[in-house]
Amino acid sequence: MSDTQILPAAMNAVARPARRSEWRSAYFGTPGNAFVTLVCGALILLLAKLALGWLFLNAVFDGGADACKQSTGACWPFLADKLRYMLFGFYPFEEQWRPLAALCLFLGGCCVSMIPRVWGRGLLIAWAIVILPVLYVLMAGGVFGLTEVPTSKWGGLPLSFMLSFVGLAFALPLGIGLALARASHLPAIRVLGVGLIELVRGVPLISILFMAAVMLPLFMPDGVTIDKLLRAQVAIILFAAAYIAEIVRGGLQDVPSGQFEAGRALGLHYWQVMSKIVLPQALKKVIPALVGLFIAFFQDTTLVTIIGLLDFLDTVRTALRDPDWQGIAVLEGYVFAAAVYFVFSALMGGYSRFLERHFNTSHR
Amino acid sequence: MKRKFLALCAATAALMVGATAAQSATTLETVKARGKLICGVSLSTPGFAAADDKGRMQGFDADICRSIAAAVFGDPEKVDFVLTNINTRFQALQSGEIDVLSRQTTATFSRETSLGIDFGPTVFYDGQGLLVPKSLGVASAKELTDAAICTLPGTTTSQNLTDFFRTVGGKFELVVFESPDENRAAFYSGRCEAISSDRSDLASIRAVANNPDDYVLLPETISKEPLAPAVRQNDSNWRDIVSWSVYMLMAAEEKGITQANVDEMAKSEDPEIQRMLGGADELGKMLGLDNKWGYNIVKSVGNYAEVFDRNLGEKTKLGMTRGPNTQWNAGGLLYAPPVR
Repeated sequence: MSDTQILPAAMNAVARPARRSEWRSAYFGTPGNAFVTLVCGALILLLAKLALGWLFLNAVFDGGADACKQSTGACWPFLADKLRYMLFGFYPFEEQWRPLAALCLFLGGCCVSMIPRVWGRGLLIAWAIVILPVLYVLMAGGVFGLTEVPTSKWGGLPLSFMLSFVGLAFALPLGIGLALARASHLPAIRVLGVGLIELVRGVPLISILFMAAVMLPLFMPDGVTIDKLLRAQVAIILFAAAYIAEIVRGGLQDVPSGQFEAGRALGLHYWQVMSKIVLPQALKKVIPALVGLFIAFFQDTTLVTIIGLLDFLDTVRTALRDPDWQGIAVLEGYVFAAAVYFVFSALMGGYSRFLERHFNTSHR
Repeated sequence: MKRKFLALCAATAALMVGATAAQSATTLETVKARGKLICGVSLSTPGFAAADDKGRMQGFDADICRSIAAAVFGDPEKVDFVLTNINTRFQALQSGEIDVLSRQTTATFSRETSLGIDFGPTVFYDGQGLLVPKSLGVASAKELTDAAICTLPGTTTSQNLTDFFRTVGGKFELVVFESPDENRAAFYSGRCEAISSDRSDLASIRAVANNPDDYVLLPETISKEPLAPAVRQNDSNWRDIVSWSVYMLMAAEEKGITQANVDEMAKSEDPEIQRMLGGADELGKMLGLDNKWGYNIVKSVGNYAEVFDRNLGEKTKLGMTRGPNTQWNAGGLLYAPPVR
């Protein structure tokens, strides 16, 4: 841990004097480089000027739809009016502090969990018996004097986060289990693992969502319904698990078989070998691929709109269809949605690079 | 550990199934026991069902749901809206996820006969029309020759156009866009000479144009689209409740009962008004409802005219005229059977 923090600092100290001349030769070393640098610089300035003009200089800050219609800049009143709807959808207006609190708690929990020092069994237990139940109670209510809010009213950002991150949190262990099953020497388990993985990977996510949303209820006895959100969540978990399993299997194959045999020779049980020797090495290797998948899944949850769940992109899209704003703030809405998705995807990407550096120290 | 986990999963699943299992009763019993009506509406169609800034569902279809809730509970807010889309709407009804579907759904023969659903009375008479720029100088759809027509995907829309132009002997070119926004943008930018959709939709397309007066809705209605609420079939009582909640809106308009004057009207000597508002006879009981069900509907959402004007009428952005959706005695199609 301490190594990782000293190392970059030390490198910085060494690199600084050389940096200025390096910088100059990289950007202006040859006439060609200088030309490219100038052109790119001009382009960046132009874009910055356009963005600044759109976002602030020409933007409308007060007034309504008519003011926005006249102006060429961004329409901030639209965001102000529609922000709460875009973030929380149909969640009862007076109760929207609850999804907000849930969102803060969730993001706070994630931030804390990102610190390697707090990793451990305690963290897992905290998530399982404190954070997740509190999140659920905040959202659903029905106890402690909170009014009950049915899942049909959940929407917006909390729904997107729930579907993607809760989905991935459950899919990860399931996926690892499937990967182990696929690599197992027991034929029955292997066939089961291969069958499930290939079945799920063989169909698009949309069709699984449709199965969960449209087909499943028709097979249920009369009057029995399972919550639609839960069905979608399970569909996403199954789908993600199959892909995670294949990525983890790649990592498992990369661990030399000697590691496994050595573990067994020491008298360790299969699960001990796997959890203490093989899986840590395997998972470390597949971090970039896993995070890539996580980011893709975070964005794929927008597909749930197909089955009538109102995710964040959809609340933005429906906000744009308000007759008062229709055709006026289209760009603003989509830029806002893009910004939110970009921020969270970029954070995940950044954290993945940090993890790679963090784990790499042991190999160098 | 693993076995414990499995047992836990099974228990959770059993709980969730069990919690909703005790409902092989009639829809009315289910709704009353639940204390809420669950109504399937569109995801977002301004004027029919869309969220306002506070995330409250507003619109014509939403108010139909509220009137049913008012009839059953005396409280228009005892309704949960479930968002349904084109693909899942009927299934949501069949599986019992929703009690009534109020979602701009056209009543057709095949839907009524083969989907296990029953339609209530038509709440809005719609039809496919054509919108063109005034500059095109066309007064009738028959004058469109070799026109490019923008539409959304959907078999009936293009089918209706094909049928129409075959009967009048014209030609057209279909330009299909996947999203409503692209569709409109293409039309405004002149990619197509005309845009075709339901007339209610065209009204809103025209309303949001930079200059609505530059566009004109052609007089032809090339298909019939009677929009009606739907319920599961074989529950006659529930269908009666939905049907008569709708008829009550129409009958109230016919009798001049409004949200504002309903208390006054309740004292009226007119025997039909007495029956409608629960002052005489026991009509409510025949539906299994409170005798004040009619009063509750009008008191909480108003009559048909008020619902229409509030959501779609000329004072709204959509600015629709009543068209065929006027009372029978004013030359329209709204005709509630007598309340007796």
